Amino acid sequence: MNLLTVSGSPHIHTQQSVKSIMYGVVIAMIPAIFVSVYFFGLDAARVILISVAACLLVEWTIQKYLLKGPVSITDGSAVVTGILLAFNVPANLPWWILVIGAIVSIGIAKMSFGGLGKNPFNPALIGRVFLLISFPVQMTSWPVPKGLFGSQITDAITGPTTLGVLKEGLDAGKTVQEIMASPEFPGYLNDLLGAQGGSLGEISAIALLLGAAYMLIRKIITWHIPVAYLGSAVIFSGILWLVDPTRFVDPAIHLLAGGMMLGVFFMATDMVTSPMTPMGQIVFGVGAGLLTIMIRVWGAYPEGVSFAILIMNAFVPLINNAFKPKRFGEVVKNG
Amino acid sequence: MKTFKIGGIHPEENKLSADKPIEVLPLPSKVYIPVSQSLGAPSKVIVEKGAVVKTGQVIAKGESFISSNVHSSVSGTVTKIDDITDTSGYRRKAVFIDVAGDEWEDGIDRTPEIKHEITLDRDEIVRKINEMGVVGLGGATFPSHVKLMVPEGRKAEYLIINGVECEPYLTSDHRLMLERGEEMVIGVKILMKALGVSKAFIGIEKNKKDAIVHLSMICSKLSGIEVVPLKVKYPQGGEKQLIKAVINREVPSGKLPIEVGCVVNNVGTALAVYEAVQKNKPLIERVVTVTGKTVQKPSNLLVRIGTPVSTLIDHAGGLPEDAGKVISGGPMMGKALTSLDIPVVKGTSGILIMKGEESKRAAALNCIRCARCISVCPMGLEPVLLAQLSENQLFERAEKERIMDCIECGSCHYTCPAGRPLLDYLRLGKNKTGILIRNRGKK
Repeated sequence: MNLLTVSGSPHIHTQQSVKSIMYGVVIAMIPAIFVSVYFFGLDAARVILISVAACLLVEWTIQKYLLKGPVSITDGSAVVTGILLAFNVPANLPWWILVIGAIVSIGIAKMSFGGLGKNPFNPALIGRVFLLISFPVQMTSWPVPKGLFGSQITDAITGPTTLGVLKEGLDAGKTVQEIMASPEFPGYLNDLLGAQGGSLGEISAIALLLGAAYMLIRKIITWHIPVAYLGSAVIFSGILWLVDPTRFVDPAIHLLAGGMMLGVFFMATDMVTSPMTPMGQIVFGVGAGLLTIMIRVWGAYPEGVSFAILIMNAFVPLINNAFKPKRFGEVVKNG
Repeated sequence: MKTFKIGGIHPEENKLSADKPIEVLPLPSKVYIPVSQSLGAPSKVIVEKGAVVKTGQVIAKGESFISSNVHSSVSGTVTKIDDITDTSGYRRKAVFIDVAGDEWEDGIDRTPEIKHEITLDRDEIVRKINEMGVVGLGGATFPSHVKLMVPEGRKAEYLIINGVECEPYLTSDHRLMLERGEEMVIGVKILMKALGVSKAFIGIEKNKKDAIVHLSMICSKLSGIEVVPLKVKYPQGGEKQLIKAVINREVPSGKLPIEVGCVVNNVGTALAVYEAVQKNKPLIERVVTVTGKTVQKPSNLLVRIGTPVSTLIDHAGGLPEDAGKVISGGPMMGKALTSLDIPVVKGTSGILIMKGEESKRAAALNCIRCARCISVCPMGLEPVLLAQLSENQLFERAEKERIMDCIECGSCHYTCPAGRPLLDYLRLGKNKTGILIRNRGKK
């Protein structure tokens, strides 16, 4: 007879695994991948492939030759980071800058802390911010959307982003109304569908929302962070807009433009770097929403999502400590 | 639909034996009856090697307040009194009996006639239950008479009967409610009388519709007993979760149900109470589910206490070839057995045989801080944090984070996508923190 296994309970286990969660996130990013390829052509595919390959290679190299331990690149987390990094850069970024981004994302932001689950900051965002500061010209030369089979995109032809146009215009002393009336301004519909300049993955709010719905249905993410994030951003920017609509844009622009949707649904919800209790997640989301609007309105950069999420990442241990789940039997309310 | 509010999971139900009527398992040739079958102090053996015993005769006496009598479940000769590995994996004292015939003690009413009228008074009921070795059959095996003695300054308002059976696979309580419902309900009446309460609830998960209908019909003729259908969610049958679901009261941390005016008993216990009080029959047999995906005949068996597990498995078609693990109890909280000679005891609700490939745990990966363990914890704890504290031996901190509230339901471990053995660490932490607390009390 076979030997029987003896182990502690429970003896059954859910089907959900780290792998199924990570590849679930990858599936959720597919609509945004399609939109990016549709608008930026094969350049977008090139950037995504290079980024994912570089992330996998960096992780494999570190695990195999530096740590000399088990290799876990099939768990899907490096693929997620790779796609997110690609989503956060312009479609015409040179390949070697992407590789540097992958080395920073995986090598510094993830593996140096101990790999999956141990990193305090979102790896893709660290990679993006590193590139933004180190290669400001390449990182903000947004290619004009060309369509799938359009002519080769060159650095010379660059298009405006909604937030970029706004910042420049306001700095030049124009009012919001004047800026929005100018032909350069992409407008609401283009923000929604994706026909605007910008990073690969951030251009279409609809594609990102589709992916978000998928993640919510499959319970990969919960509503707490996105709702708190979007809610606080809308309320805060709404108050500013009501105070002076000539100096501040309306909340809809803030929601649809830039990296808001990408950041809210795909990066702020990164489980490794966000709080663990529902209350903590709401605090995290509110903080990130406020910071995003503050940076957009008063900061030096037109976009604030990356910085806002990274700053809130730093608060996660404190938030986890401060906001505990509601314990059973703590508040005794009987009857 | 009533339910507890915080956390919970919904594993595959796999109630393979739900439509299998209770069968009487033929008498085994040998039984091993452990003498400590209840929580509390072990009972004292009062028979010697060579003694001839009858079915229902007391063979070990409970001598302290929290302890219980143990009776011989068969007639025959005591061959030895020796240690045997029991369900827990520890070696404990047991009485070994070679079975001969089935001669019962005098005074035990074995007729199938149902006795409705309750003639004993409160004290007599409690004494009877103690004498007949009735303990909680839900698994914790707390001596039943102790639960009936409400401490000074507390008052029992409600009796809650646990017919939830939220563990996957198990169906012994389900069958018992269907086939012995009428007697069980008289047991509930007896418990109500002993506690002096006028209201009792029977909580049953909604996946047992037939049992809900059947018991509702029986109770409609009586006053004061209400069947409460509950949402199918694990651990609905946890004592504190059940109270919350049924009467919406939360038992405070570290306290017993009586704190909120409740006493909870399992349906099997209620039947045992009926048999003890009305039929003078000691607790010597119970219904045990034998089940598993590859078990030939998943069944519900009426088994004498002390019968080796192998006898039950043989009756259900033998140990499947691909068997990888044999569990006493359900898949969420049951204990993996180290041997098939281990006897059925009062707390054995089922024998579950898992396939080889399901038996081994997957390797644990890094925690990805997904917080699923926190969201499923029915006690509102942070299993990931408690496991970390245990691993790092920070038990003082673990106590502050309420590790002792853990009911060991296993929802955290079940749900962890990284397959981390959270409950292993929590058990370790509870054990060490418990020692810490007790030592503090001594100073």
